[in-house]
Amino acid sequence: MAYMHIGKDFVPPDVPGKVTGRIKYAEDYARDGMAYVRLLTSPMPHARVVDIDASEALAMDGVYGILTADDVYPDGEQNSTGLKVLTNEPTLIGEPILAVAAVDEKTAENALQRIAVTFERLDFALDPLDSMQPGGPNAYNGGNTFVFREGFARYEWSRDQVTAFRNGAEPTAEPQTTWAYGDLDAALAASTFVYESTFTTAGYPHMSMEPRSAMAYWENGKCYVHGSSQSLSPVAEGMAQIVGCPIEDFIFINEATGGGFGQKARPNSIPSMAIPAKMSQKINRPVMMRISREEELLIGGARVGFQGWIKVGFRPDGRMAALDLYIVQDNGGKGGGGDHSSAADAISMLYQTEAVRFRGAGIGTNTGHRGAQRGPGQNQIAPIIAPIIDMAAQELGLDRLAIRRINAVDEGDTHGPSRSPVTSAYMEEAIAHAEQAFNFSERITRSRQRNGTKITGIGIGQGYHDAGRSGMDGIVRLTPDGRLKIHNGVGNLGTFSYASTSRAAAEVLKMDWDQCDVVTGRTDRHVPMTSPQDGSNSIFTNTRTNWGAAHDLLAKMKDIAAMDLGGQPDDYDIDGSRIFRTANPSVGMTYAQVAQRGIELGGRFSGQEYPEEMDAFSKLSVDRLAGSGLIGVFNDPRHNGTPPGLCVAMMEIELDTETGKYDIKEVVNIADCGTVVHPQGLDNQLRGGASWGIGLAGFERHLYDPQNGLPASTGYWQSKIPTMLDVGRETLTGGVDLPDPENPVGARGVGEPAMGSVAAALASALWDATEGHLFNTAPVTTDMIVNHYAGTSESAKGLAQNNFRG
Amino acid sequence: MVATTHDVMPDIELYQPTDEANALSLASTLGEDGWLLAGGQDTYGWLKDRNKSPAAMIELTKIDAWKGVRETANGIEIGALTTLTEIINDPLIKSRYGLLSMAASRVASPQIRNVGTLAGNLAQDARCWYYRRGLDCYRAGGNLCYADAPESLNREHALFGQSRCVAVSPSDTAPALVALDATLVISSERGQRRVAAEDFFVGPAVDIEHMTILRPGEILTSVLLPNSWANAEFYFEKVADRNVWDFALVSVAAAMKVSDGTIQDARLACGAVEAKPRRLTAVESALRGKPRNEATANQVASIATQGARPLNYNHFKVPLMENLVKRAIRG
Repeated sequence: MAYMHIGKDFVPPDVPGKVTGRIKYAEDYARDGMAYVRLLTSPMPHARVVDIDASEALAMDGVYGILTADDVYPDGEQNSTGLKVLTNEPTLIGEPILAVAAVDEKTAENALQRIAVTFERLDFALDPLDSMQPGGPNAYNGGNTFVFREGFARYEWSRDQVTAFRNGAEPTAEPQTTWAYGDLDAALAASTFVYESTFTTAGYPHMSMEPRSAMAYWENGKCYVHGSSQSLSPVAEGMAQIVGCPIEDFIFINEATGGGFGQKARPNSIPSMAIPAKMSQKINRPVMMRISREEELLIGGARVGFQGWIKVGFRPDGRMAALDLYIVQDNGGKGGGGDHSSAADAISMLYQTEAVRFRGAGIGTNTGHRGAQRGPGQNQIAPIIAPIIDMAAQELGLDRLAIRRINAVDEGDTHGPSRSPVTSAYMEEAIAHAEQAFNFSERITRSRQRNGTKITGIGIGQGYHDAGRSGMDGIVRLTPDGRLKIHNGVGNLGTFSYASTSRAAAEVLKMDWDQCDVVTGRTDRHVPMTSPQDGSNSIFTNTRTNWGAAHDLLAKMKDIAAMDLGGQPDDYDIDGSRIFRTANPSVGMTYAQVAQRGIELGGRFSGQEYPEEMDAFSKLSVDRLAGSGLIGVFNDPRHNGTPPGLCVAMMEIELDTETGKYDIKEVVNIADCGTVVHPQGLDNQLRGGASWGIGLAGFERHLYDPQNGLPASTGYWQSKIPTMLDVGRETLTGGVDLPDPENPVGARGVGEPAMGSVAAALASALWDATEGHLFNTAPVTTDMIVNHYAGTSESAKGLAQNNFRG
Repeated sequence: MVATTHDVMPDIELYQPTDEANALSLASTLGEDGWLLAGGQDTYGWLKDRNKSPAAMIELTKIDAWKGVRETANGIEIGALTTLTEIINDPLIKSRYGLLSMAASRVASPQIRNVGTLAGNLAQDARCWYYRRGLDCYRAGGNLCYADAPESLNREHALFGQSRCVAVSPSDTAPALVALDATLVISSERGQRRVAAEDFFVGPAVDIEHMTILRPGEILTSVLLPNSWANAEFYFEKVADRNVWDFALVSVAAAMKVSDGTIQDARLACGAVEAKPRRLTAVESALRGKPRNEATANQVASIATQGARPLNYNHFKVPLMENLVKRAIRG
């Protein structure tokens, strides 16, 4: 379909500000009389605050006050594993205990040194399997796991069960959670190649470039919070509740966000942003809270680590017949998630496995806040399953691409325990696209070719994430100056989604982009409620809402034209910012004129009436916009099926067998994300995803010292985030660009699978370069490769978490 | 109790001498209270974390006499405050002592090399994460080594010379200077002393709280490279997790005098395997008179790791070190 805007590059409105440095992040704001907050955070992995003596600090010149958990939770802290604003029961090092406000940061920091906090030190856990043994330490007060609607509980395996699992055997204990479909025994019996092994994947922090700093103040009964979030309207709604401020008096301001990868999407993963608001309320001054790099690491969220066992069966023709997957996931000191189940679902989707059994458990450790991180579950399993598929191809005498084609997800396929159908899927087309871009037939001839101490490896990887939601709201507004205001509640975290999804409205109304304004960045600009900007959903979710709102606006324009100029609404068409009779284009109105008429008519035309189904937050926004233009509103009905975000990556590496280092020669990362809405945005996602994938499969991991529970990887240096010199010289990207029927412009999301595909491709390339060795871990680091070739090993215990392995 | 995160600089007196005499006088007067500041790459982390609390800083970057590269009768003299980027690009160093250029080019990142100095790279403190975290270990004046316990995280730590402390020398340029038989010039109000690069660094058995012989009041002011190793055959390789920024897991620096394919003389040193650059004298002896080829490399490399005592997580350093020595010999 020929579009005016969809599929075309443009300059998103925030780009000039970012290029020139003029755009403002939370830390860039200041108010007269502003105080500065520093946090006293837990020095222990698990403790209880017995006493706080701040008298000496409060007597210091320039100290305005302190805020404690007792101030925030006067009725006591919630019994949950969720992050608290402040706490008296820390379950991770770095958890905020109290805040001090002072005239400047140095005074606040010096005041912290004079506060005596008496902690009761409690047992701590760093490895779920250690915790699960009889007598093992509990990460939480009341157990080592949290059961939804039941609370804290103790989950145990016998000592023998843990030992056998660490030594490579299938777990035999009852899982906490399980699902299955198909006849697993029959599928395994029909398999001629069955692979079985334990595996681990590491947890590691998000490390967003911009930490979750915040500034807040109260003015005329309203609370203003400048923060750092992936989402705008959904975070505002939840943050208002945390602060204790009615939503109509709460303004969340977030023009730009320096990175967010799952743990800045929802208010409960960034409750610390309420600290300056609560402090400001207490001391009656604006308050700035700058979060340090290390604080960001400790409370900023981290990927869930896996200790797993996998058994996969393949039929003689290469079909993946059976998957039996058991995962113990590390839920950290706060948070957790469903990563383990999502891992099984991802294999079910990507390889259309005939029979699947998933078993899992989620266990707390005192190792930082865990939660969704770019492809939570789907991406951890990607580098584990890819080399197993390579091995299956090798054992069954199949081509490594062919086995992926045989198992590729396609139109009409289903996935997961609910056997939900895909809205569309073009995996075979994505494989073909990548094959051509990578020049696979020529590169595969170099597979395992030796050049001195170096050996070439060719890798293939696939990634998946469910990539679209519905049921949200859209608001667009045509103003008497003839401009289209597209009110967008999506956050601005660097993906340009807030702008690219807005173009769906411009498309409907055939408006030049320079006649459109994306209205976003702060909630007092009156934005609709949308889904949190996570789960790769924005492009699908918000093109639907903006498309729908624009169609509502268009229908109202036609109604006005018919009322004022005669005829029926269907007699009218639009173009060039005019609405006119199709049969006689000279009869018409400009968009400016129709906007003015909308205001004059009032009622449903200018926002005094709107669909009852709209979210209360959206209704508030429309109420406040009422009378300011011709207003289009839309509550999006639910879609059917799973819109899959799919990616295929290919990679060539040259591995030095003496140093364990490898050179990434080329990466190709191709998306099946439906219609490509914004080519440059897609390219950014695929390149960024590639770097992240290389980090997952090759570098990044949490390290906590077993002796004292201290984090060892607390900064960019120690966390081993890959650098430009580690991610390959060339990354080619592209999209299949075939439309999805459940989206008006055919779009599906792509952010998360763009990482899993490359993580899988690197693991696959390492399998190839090592002539078929399976490390069964992520990341595979230099020391592991050196040990592999030297036949040496470290003293690590099997399946260790938050530690070195190999 | 271990300090939690701070990230706020404390109050510190700042002195900015513009000549050598003033700097040496300040260093002498302030003694242990005077923190020497050059590129600052091993300064601000300590101070922002509040794990070191000097009363004063003496900024040395305004003293031109301690910068630049000069030719001398016996070789060249490098001002210790010369930045690593300048060392990488200096034509004299590149043409005669390429080993040092190679080593400097692998330090950290371009941004750090632009401000980091040769002195700073040589005199930087141990990077053991337990020590840097502010724990009360032996090196910090306590009575424990957290890195050498049954469950310690010690992947980056020492294979050799462990003596209560198992931290390693993090410097990339240090093994290169040892291989080049450099002399380091240390100045103080009392005058100058010259020490061989090899003797500048000390292990924990000699001094557990310091990585070098520098004492309060002393400033490393220049490095002398002798003619005797100019234009030798050089090899430098550093293996680190990432290709930029990271400290070495193991590095090797080698200088060899080869005539008609036969090694006449050799100096080799490895970094990141001991608290000081580990000079491989036994390897050097074994190499003299042998051809520089694969067979010699295979025959001699294992000598390099004799006496290694791996910890929990650094067993890989033994084969890695042997492989790097092989590669240095093969060229």
